[in-house]
Amino acid sequence: MIVRPSTPYLFLAPALIATAAIVLYPVASTLWMSLNDYVLYRPHDIRFVGFGNFARLAADEVFWISLWNSFVWVGLAVGLQFALGLGAALLLNESFYWRSLARAAIVIPWALPSVIIGLMFTWVYDYNLGVLNDLLMRLGFIDGPVAWLARPDSALLAVVAALVWQGFPFFAVVILAGLQAIPADLHEAAEIDGASRWQRFRHVVWPGLAGVILTALLLRTIWVANSLDVILVMTGGGPGYATHTLPLYAFLRAYSGMEFGYGSSLAVVLTLFLMAIAAVYVRRTMREAFR
Amino acid sequence: MIDRRSKLRRFAEIEIPALLLVAVALAPYAWMVLTSIKPTVEIARFPVVYWPDAPTLSHYADLFARTTFPQNLADSLVVAVSACALGLGISVPAAYAFSRFGFAGRRFLMTQFLTINMFPIVLMIIPLFVAFRSLGLLDTVLGVVLGHATFAIPFAIWMLTSYLNGIPRELDEAAMVDGASRLATIRLILLPLAAPGIVSTGIYIFVASWNEYLFAMMLSGQNVRTVTVALQLFIGEYTIQWGLLTAGGTLVALPVTVLFLFVQRHLVGGLTAGAVKA
Repeated sequence: MIVRPSTPYLFLAPALIATAAIVLYPVASTLWMSLNDYVLYRPHDIRFVGFGNFARLAADEVFWISLWNSFVWVGLAVGLQFALGLGAALLLNESFYWRSLARAAIVIPWALPSVIIGLMFTWVYDYNLGVLNDLLMRLGFIDGPVAWLARPDSALLAVVAALVWQGFPFFAVVILAGLQAIPADLHEAAEIDGASRWQRFRHVVWPGLAGVILTALLLRTIWVANSLDVILVMTGGGPGYATHTLPLYAFLRAYSGMEFGYGSSLAVVLTLFLMAIAAVYVRRTMREAFR
Repeated sequence: MIDRRSKLRRFAEIEIPALLLVAVALAPYAWMVLTSIKPTVEIARFPVVYWPDAPTLSHYADLFARTTFPQNLADSLVVAVSACALGLGISVPAAYAFSRFGFAGRRFLMTQFLTINMFPIVLMIIPLFVAFRSLGLLDTVLGVVLGHATFAIPFAIWMLTSYLNGIPRELDEAAMVDGASRLATIRLILLPLAAPGIVSTGIYIFVASWNEYLFAMMLSGQNVRTVTVALQLFIGEYTIQWGLLTAGGTLVALPVTVLFLFVQRHLVGGLTAGAVKA
């Protein structure tokens, strides 16, 4: 069949124009702003400072706090989401008569908006009336109410817990799909050969799942590292800087501080970190797509 | 006898943990819904009253009578439906190109669409804010919709491309050999076959747009205010009114919960192919 060489580009044109305008232009603009001293309420006083913002950033204590919190945030949230999601998937891969109901139910947290997650967990953690304090006091774990979101030592963990709840269904659904792709006769063969449950997991299930899991982990790491809305809603970054992560700090400097130049340089640093992980993910996905 | 024992064991090893898991997954949601139907005096009691003594819908009535919430619901609906229409309108042709043609730059462009979906929102949001301000797009439906299109388009392109790849090329080639034009082939053969994939992708964009907070907060204002932004403002405004807040939260969560249960089966393939932000 004869295809005019321009035809595919005609179909692609709207997508290319739209993404150039609403994604590539702003990204290029952020890169440029990161090299300038640009404060919104002084629009006529934009000065080119080269890597000045980045030098400032290296000396900014809050940047280092946010970076460290980001590592804790990503490590804990992704790690626990994965652990819980794997457990859930293995459990829901067994057969019992209300399984499909359970599979549907555990997906629900994933559907909810971050603002609602923040809202419901803020309510659960509430110092005066929260159900968490009530439960723990009834069970005798604590003597008096704890201000979970106001204490520097518990605030980050409390927000991580909310994000784990939101994110574990993603892993559960993806891993469950991976499990279902493992042929049943492999299981049967292993069982006939007398393999224990752990041996079957180690030698049949795990090799079949490793690829799916790696993809899911990469994707989720990028997503969690980028996400700031749950933190913004629950603590706004406080108390002090206890729940500041890199994207949140960039956002707060740019939005509340109106320091677009400095905020942009923070966003660029975040992107550089992420693109290293994204590159691995993109390479894997492209290989998959072009197999 | 043995059969019964193994059944019991299965119950303890599988069903009880599964029950616990479901409880964990639903508890915060259930708690929000329960709180929303408790009268204010019961909400304000400590130790906590778990089951409402006198359930009431008064918080829902208040929400509609005293706040901007009905307008916010309408705004969210308009934004999400528009994001859906714009996203699909742009992505379906692009996915068609990626799926049905070999051309120079195909692989490069697909990589680009995958990569831009991983860009942090903070990398784009400030220049978009500045640009939209000078274009007069701030606080308009179009402005928020364009913000949401930044993640909707790349995601939809990937999800739809993988769906279209699953439809044999021979089908549309046969139609074109029989003399149908390209557009007629797309309309009569490909789109009907791709309908389930297009619907799932559309629902996904709808949910992501409905749930989105940062773009909506930065790019909207007095005229257009989506439910997520409005609820967040209520948290500041009505600090102690948990009845009102949880009623709002319940109403915002309900439609996306239903839609998501609807499409979750179809999501896995697209999700691991195209990244997801929401």
